Amino acid sequence: MKLTVAGNKKEYEEGLTISKLIELEKVETPEYVTVSVNEEFANRDDFDSTVLKDGDEIEFLYFMGGGSR
Amino acid sequence: MGVWIKKADYEKILAHAIKELPNEACGLIAGRDSEDGERYIEKVYLLTNLDQSNEHFSLDPKEQLSSVKDMRANELKPLGNWHSHPESPSRPSQEDIRLSYDSTASYLILSLMDNDNPVLNSFHVEKGVVTKEDLKIIE
Repeated sequence: MKLTVAGNKKEYEEGLTISKLIELEKVETPEYVTVSVNEEFANRDDFDSTVLKDGDEIEFLYFMGGGSR
Repeated sequence: MGVWIKKADYEKILAHAIKELPNEACGLIAGRDSEDGERYIEKVYLLTNLDQSNEHFSLDPKEQLSSVKDMRANELKPLGNWHSHPESPSRPSQEDIRLSYDSTASYLILSLMDNDNPVLNSFHVEKGVVTKEDLKIIE
């Protein structure tokens, strides 16, 4: 199946979960990554069970924050 | 590495940060890295601080997503982020350092502690070590 990951179209095997995709894409510090699938943000608790479908568009976004103290 | 920002973009950040007082303001920066190691900020994004706090900020992930798509559409590279310190100097706090996961990013911090003299600096953070970058504001 074809997925668009961070703007790039790539071929992946059927049955791929978000967790597996994070692993395949070697996403650094995944604990701080938010994942969107077709512009909907996935719940972290569902990363292992969410199976991606042909044509899905996935983005990885790093949490960005801080403070002044 | 020199980091170049246009005066108009600096003023956009400054105006937004003043408007958001007393809270911290935040956003993203995008542009390009030249082959000779210079970094050019070509677009700044003004995002919502979800924390609505004068001591903390978190970028809104929905706005972050739309900004990233805009960068891609305009062939700009994500270069990092910016935020304001309403009451403290322009240097990364311990929390800023802890939450700087991207060693390729430039982290811009605008201090408004002296109303008449805002200070904008750019920092590189790698494995907890902070290096001040040479930020240049150009016409």
